[in-house]
Amino acid sequence: MIELTTTRANHLVDPVLTVWAWQIPVYLFLGGLVAGMMIISGYFLFSGRYKNTRSACFVLPGLSLVLLSLGMLALFLDLEHKLYVWRLYTTFEPLSPMSWGAWILVLVYPALIANLLLRVPGPLRARVPALGELSDRMVARPELLRWIGAMNMIWGGLLGVYTGVLLSALGARPLWNSALLGPLFLVSGLSAAAAFVHLIAPDVRERELLAKADNGFLIAELVFIALFLIGLLSSTEAHIQAAGLLLGGPFSALFWVGVIGIGIVVPLGVQLLAVQHRVAHTPIAPLLVIAGGLALRFLIVQAGQVSHWARVPGL
Amino acid sequence: MARFGMVIDTKRCVGCMDCVVACKTENQVPAGFNRDWITTEVRGKFPTLSMEIRTERCNHCDNPPCVTCCPTGASHVEEFGKIVLVTHDLCIGCKACLASCPYDARFIHPEGYADKCTFCIHRVKEGKDPACVAVCPTRCMHFGDLDDPQSEVSRLLAARANHALIPEAGTKPRIFYLT
Repeated sequence: MIELTTTRANHLVDPVLTVWAWQIPVYLFLGGLVAGMMIISGYFLFSGRYKNTRSACFVLPGLSLVLLSLGMLALFLDLEHKLYVWRLYTTFEPLSPMSWGAWILVLVYPALIANLLLRVPGPLRARVPALGELSDRMVARPELLRWIGAMNMIWGGLLGVYTGVLLSALGARPLWNSALLGPLFLVSGLSAAAAFVHLIAPDVRERELLAKADNGFLIAELVFIALFLIGLLSSTEAHIQAAGLLLGGPFSALFWVGVIGIGIVVPLGVQLLAVQHRVAHTPIAPLLVIAGGLALRFLIVQAGQVSHWARVPGL
Repeated sequence: MARFGMVIDTKRCVGCMDCVVACKTENQVPAGFNRDWITTEVRGKFPTLSMEIRTERCNHCDNPPCVTCCPTGASHVEEFGKIVLVTHDLCIGCKACLASCPYDARFIHPEGYADKCTFCIHRVKEGKDPACVAVCPTRCMHFGDLDDPQSEVSRLLAARANHALIPEAGTKPRIFYLT
């Protein structure tokens, strides 16, 4: 038996770390969702699908800008020294994933705005004719469209991976000690984005395509989660205890029911039947996928803070 | 340049908390927060129990994860004594450093920045010991240059069995406990 008693009772630190509440999971989820939407809309541009005038790729940049800005607002709300937020942009710290993230966001916004300019909304076009002319000139150059598509895919991929690397770089929390968190969050973001576009795409063939893609993303997500857990379970005692938090500890309900059941298995089953035309496409499956993506971020952020090298309370 | 560290004799520490009070007074640590604290570790099964009383604080690691994760460079290793410090007006309060520390040695100061033990660098620059070391009534705490083989801390580490905290985290802590 080892019994530790401490006189320390620092706010947000004791008895377990609670430095990140709802803001960071929401930011990571929205960042991942936008990353997925950028990759999808970038692919639509790159592959020439933009020629379909009803393609969802024209709606995505505007939505992405709004969602990413909401995510950044959540991140800002989490900061404890808010007036100093500009300090992020007075330096570049190559070993800090958060610094990388801050600068990646600087690259993401121009790519999204360039994508947005390809389809200037009617009222705005009437009010600012120069924007309409710029848009027409851009659309007339297929090479430029391919470049904008490629940039959206590349920066979207970096953004999606960064949301996971942000946590995996924090070695003090064994649950986060996995290089698989980057790919897991990227594929989860892609899955949530495919589900989101599935919900809003006006073109039925695009909806079908995205449902099929989402099934692939969900299967990949299951594989990454399995590999993530295998990696923890085959590591040190602290990592085994961290995996136990999800598999049979205080976070097991959220993991098994929220992330695995409601977030992946149920919608995957429904969508597999839907793409085989055995049941009709329903908005319920993509909505469950989106909820599962949010649940995954909450699970990893909250359980990760509880995991510890020295002890795991409750186990 | 020196590489400061601490050696704490757990055979002498009685957990009186003088070090805690001295730190709070010297550094005006706000109410409800601690830069240093006492941990009591009891091991074994009755009646064969052993107890270690320790005074703990930031380990000023040689491989400090709080410094590498900091997005603004606020957390840094000071050239003087390789002491890990936080520049308050660079800190955005993102709390990544709190999450990165295996010792949970940091906290958010009520003014918003990350705060922690500074090894009382203002005193050390004047040739004094950190406040916690200076007030210890059992003289269980020793402070000095780990790179100097003739320093008191180096000689104690060479002569006595010792351990660091959570070495498996790989941060190379610079506080050692004599057993």
